Amino acid sequence: MSATSPQSASFEELAMPLFDQLYNFARWLTRNTEEAEDLVQETYVKGLKGFSSFQLGTNFRAWMYRILRNTFLTSRTGLRVTMSVPLDPEQDASELAIENDTPETILLRRSNSQLVLNAVDHLPVHYREVLLLCEMEEMSYLEIAETLSIPVGTVMSRLSRARSTLRHHLGRKLQGDEAGMEIVGETNYGL
Amino acid sequence: MVCESWNEKLDTYLDGELGEAETRSFDAHVRGCHSCSADALTRVQLKRTIQVAGKHFTPSADFRRRVRQSIAPKPQRRLGVGWILATAVAVILVVGALTSTYVGSRADRGQVFSEIADLHVATLASSSPVDVISTDRHTVKPWFQGKIPFAFNLPELQNSGFSLLGGRMSYLDQAPGAHLIYDVRKHHISVFVFQERSLPARLDEKSLAPKQLSFNMETWTQGGLRYFVIGDASGADIDSLARLFKAAS
Repeated sequence: MSATSPQSASFEELAMPLFDQLYNFARWLTRNTEEAEDLVQETYVKGLKGFSSFQLGTNFRAWMYRILRNTFLTSRTGLRVTMSVPLDPEQDASELAIENDTPETILLRRSNSQLVLNAVDHLPVHYREVLLLCEMEEMSYLEIAETLSIPVGTVMSRLSRARSTLRHHLGRKLQGDEAGMEIVGETNYGL
Repeated sequence: MVCESWNEKLDTYLDGELGEAETRSFDAHVRGCHSCSADALTRVQLKRTIQVAGKHFTPSADFRRRVRQSIAPKPQRRLGVGWILATAVAVILVVGALTSTYVGSRADRGQVFSEIADLHVATLASSSPVDVISTDRHTVKPWFQGKIPFAFNLPELQNSGFSLLGGRMSYLDQAPGAHLIYDVRKHHISVFVFQERSLPARLDEKSLAPKQLSFNMETWTQGGLRYFVIGDASGADIDSLARLFKAAS
């Protein structure tokens, strides 16, 4: 029988149940299967190495997501995305709101989940990640803040902006205006 | 718009992030406001759509296996029970093989000696113990020519107390040999001569286990031939006859 380290055994027990959701999140961030696999692989290796510094009893899920997200930001794709970060990205959400559109209503009428996926995929990465952590992972604002290492207020403003952008895109898309996404593309609104 | 202030916080309310008091106020307002109620419903459904549709990508089983392997606890560098068991099995096999070989060899030797004793007894019990009846070694020795694939010398017995009664063909482990019968003070002694290489086991004088035989026996190899001297005569007589054969060869 081989002897095992209790610390590494605990890491595997804690980390593997998060595998599917971490991969899904990585895939949403990178938009590429190979890059997502590399990102998850690196996240797990880093997690194992740094597990001795992790305090048991604290939020392991947020810890793993933070590793993955930080690893992504230092990857080639991550660096390319963050190169286009505007100086003050949180202040111009109002101009994107399309109050006279009701995209949710149209969406629900069409029951087109692929349309929603496309809309999420077109979100700038910092809106995409905060929206996915909130909606898919059902993280609290505090947990998202911890994961992304940003203040809770920033979480709220980014979420608001992400949702507004999503509705804007859905509205444009449903109206057949393909040019709508260029307004909120990563090049202009990377952050 | 009357509901504008509520609408700004609608997402926060639906995320469950409003304070307790504010949530209660929101609950009351949404129940009574058709517009906010409809808006909340569509936003909840959009949240659900993102939640369900967002779980769109699934890792492959192979990738999962690779990651699991990369973080699996590594066995420490000390002998585990598996190694100990494997080593023990290996030792048992080696010892078993050696023991088997040794025991097999002993068994072969024991079987040869027993067979020699049987041949000796069976011959003496026969109504015609010898095929060539002669006391003359120059008669007996030529009789074996063409019958066995080797030649051997018979000793001169003058003044030795031994007398040659005759000889016959014998077979040990399907190999042909010579069986000579001598007499000394009314005791019959058999001398067997075989080719050493035709015998099933390697024999030497130390291998003899007299206590296990009811006869005295002496054996040796000389000139590629294996000699057995066996009989109920004394050990000294057996030894004397053996010396005579050794001297003649």
